[in-house]
Amino acid sequence: MNAVRNLVNRYQLASLLVLTVLLAVVLPLALDIFRLNLVGKYLTYAFVAIGLVMVWGYGGVLSLGQGVFFGLGGYAMAMFLKLEASDPVTTKIQSTPGIPDFMDWNQLTELPLFWLPFKSLPLTLIAVVAVPTLLAWIVGFAMFKRRVGGVYFAIITQAVALIVTVLIIGQQGYTGGVNGMTDLKTMLGWDTRTDEAKYILYYVCVAMLMASILLCRWIQTGKAGTLLLAMRDKEDRVRFSGYDVANFRVFVFCLAAAMAGIGGALFSLQVGFMSPSFVGIVPSVEMVIFAAVGGRMSLVGAVYGTLLVNFGKTFFSESFPDLWLFLMAALFIGVTMAFPMGLAGIWEDHVRPRWARWRGKPAIDAPPRSTDAEPVRAAVSRGEVGGAGGPSALPGGISGQRA
Amino acid sequence: MTFPEMLNIGLMQGFAGLSLFAVLLLMGLGLAIIFGQMGVINMAHGEFMTIGAYTIYLVSNLASTHAPGLVAVYFPFAIVLAFGLAFLGGWLVEWGLIRHLYKRPLDTLLATWGLSLAMQQAFRSFIGPKEVSPTLPDWLLGSWSPAPGLDIPINGMFVLGLTTVTTLGVLLALGKSRWGLRVRATVSNRTMANATGIDTRKTDRLTFAIGCGIAGMAGAAFTTIGSTGPTSGQLYIVDSFLVVTFGGTASLLGTVVSAFGIAQTQSVTEFFLAGSMAKVLTLSLIVLILMIRPQGLFASKVRR
Repeated sequence: MNAVRNLVNRYQLASLLVLTVLLAVVLPLALDIFRLNLVGKYLTYAFVAIGLVMVWGYGGVLSLGQGVFFGLGGYAMAMFLKLEASDPVTTKIQSTPGIPDFMDWNQLTELPLFWLPFKSLPLTLIAVVAVPTLLAWIVGFAMFKRRVGGVYFAIITQAVALIVTVLIIGQQGYTGGVNGMTDLKTMLGWDTRTDEAKYILYYVCVAMLMASILLCRWIQTGKAGTLLLAMRDKEDRVRFSGYDVANFRVFVFCLAAAMAGIGGALFSLQVGFMSPSFVGIVPSVEMVIFAAVGGRMSLVGAVYGTLLVNFGKTFFSESFPDLWLFLMAALFIGVTMAFPMGLAGIWEDHVRPRWARWRGKPAIDAPPRSTDAEPVRAAVSRGEVGGAGGPSALPGGISGQRA
Repeated sequence: MTFPEMLNIGLMQGFAGLSLFAVLLLMGLGLAIIFGQMGVINMAHGEFMTIGAYTIYLVSNLASTHAPGLVAVYFPFAIVLAFGLAFLGGWLVEWGLIRHLYKRPLDTLLATWGLSLAMQQAFRSFIGPKEVSPTLPDWLLGSWSPAPGLDIPINGMFVLGLTTVTTLGVLLALGKSRWGLRVRATVSNRTMANATGIDTRKTDRLTFAIGCGIAGMAGAAFTTIGSTGPTSGQLYIVDSFLVVTFGGTASLLGTVVSAFGIAQTQSVTEFFLAGSMAKVLTLSLIVLILMIRPQGLFASKVRR
């Protein structure tokens, strides 16, 4: 019994269980299939958000290019589905039957070479994870090995997001351009647009998300997680202790990219299309705010944050489209100025202590994270810039070494 | 095509690059002051540029409806007003937002991104979602042809002149004025500068406001080349950040050189490739160079 309790406490399984019950039982019972499909769509963003918790909250480096990895995963899956949707029979009115419609519109007469692997599902599934990971490895390896971090890393990743978007939009014949890939219908003959398929995909999505959270929790509680926190707060000390700081950062960045890729693939499956509007700078920064609202240190919080912001977005853009951007702006400013730890921070700092007091016993068994919330908050600023190596990334006097 | 024609096309393409260079440089200068000197990331910088552009548009509207006689001369005053409004905006933003976040640069980034969203929506609600351009005075239109087949647009030359004056002004102010002295002191050692009686918080606010004001002037330059919409600023923000990082953050000279390099690369590749591919090529090149040399072209030699 004690062993179970230890396990639950260590991995914070209680909060995960609550989330699972909410996603797997409460929401499917409470919502119709259209809304549930929307929730499923939001949950695919949550993959990116928990990746950001790992990279940004734990690793201390902010990536503004997570949309790229989401998009790469999504496009990989969409390419497979598109190839299946454009078999020679359904596309026989085209001048070249058997290739996707947008290629035909752009006077392509045969399938480009890089599309060929996406004829097979196993290769596609590998690509969903491998392509984002590879790009993340290239970017991360080049930057972290040269001790670039903080704002410089954010700017470079943002530039990468811009490059990929412009490339996708510009190469209309190969990628579908601005419209993206539409009319994705079946997967190995299985119609993904029926209600039943949507339920199945939703549950697949929830299961994958829970698995990802567990994986991240496992990494966080292990040695790697401790080291990540340590190098975020005092990079140089970790380096002097003999650890290769860059390798850990590259690893966590690749992990986040892989999860974002999986999220993107599930997005294409559930929503039935993929377009550059989920790749660029704006969606990438929005994904950061999902994690920030939920709490940059909390995996479960990131999921709640994603759901809340997206519910808000859907609700407001349906009812008051003009107000939404103002509200989003207020969210950005409010979260950074007043609640740097997001919803999870409010929960840990305000709700839990009160709850404990109300029950008449002191909050001893609160997880250790609530006690180190303060140093963490201060450290967020220091750790990020310690690796910048560049001049005057901070107002002088508080650089990593001097602090 | 004969050789002189080729030369003419090359010259005109080069000049098109110079106009882009002017806007990028003005944007980059403002950012370099704010980012390089204060370490603050201002994602709303593009929107300050849009403020400047809209100011020119509104003033030109006022002039053409109420005082048609003034259309020929309103432009210089509008530029000053563009600087002033953006300066004021920057002052308020620093006071309300930035000064609370100096110790958390990544949070500044998110907060100013939120600010830029709000400003874009404000432009959309109060000025309109359509792209607008001001009625330019006659002396800005047309082109100058020193040789047959070679047309240099006058507005391009004007923008170039404006940029040169502003850049020299900023360099001079940083090097010679009291403000520049305070900024340099604060950058090199904040605590010590404070101890010698420099009000570093006031310096920060002034620096931020001046950076935003220069963005407003970039907007003024921008209106002579293209039309302004609520999201015009956002199109330039990534390029401007790359200009600053590529040049080396502590060096204004680096900003000038990198703005020139980026604008010319883009303009020349645009001649050979489609616009989007030219952009991809230019940006990829910069990112690659930054991966190999993250400190940028002109890194300060100071060991920190």
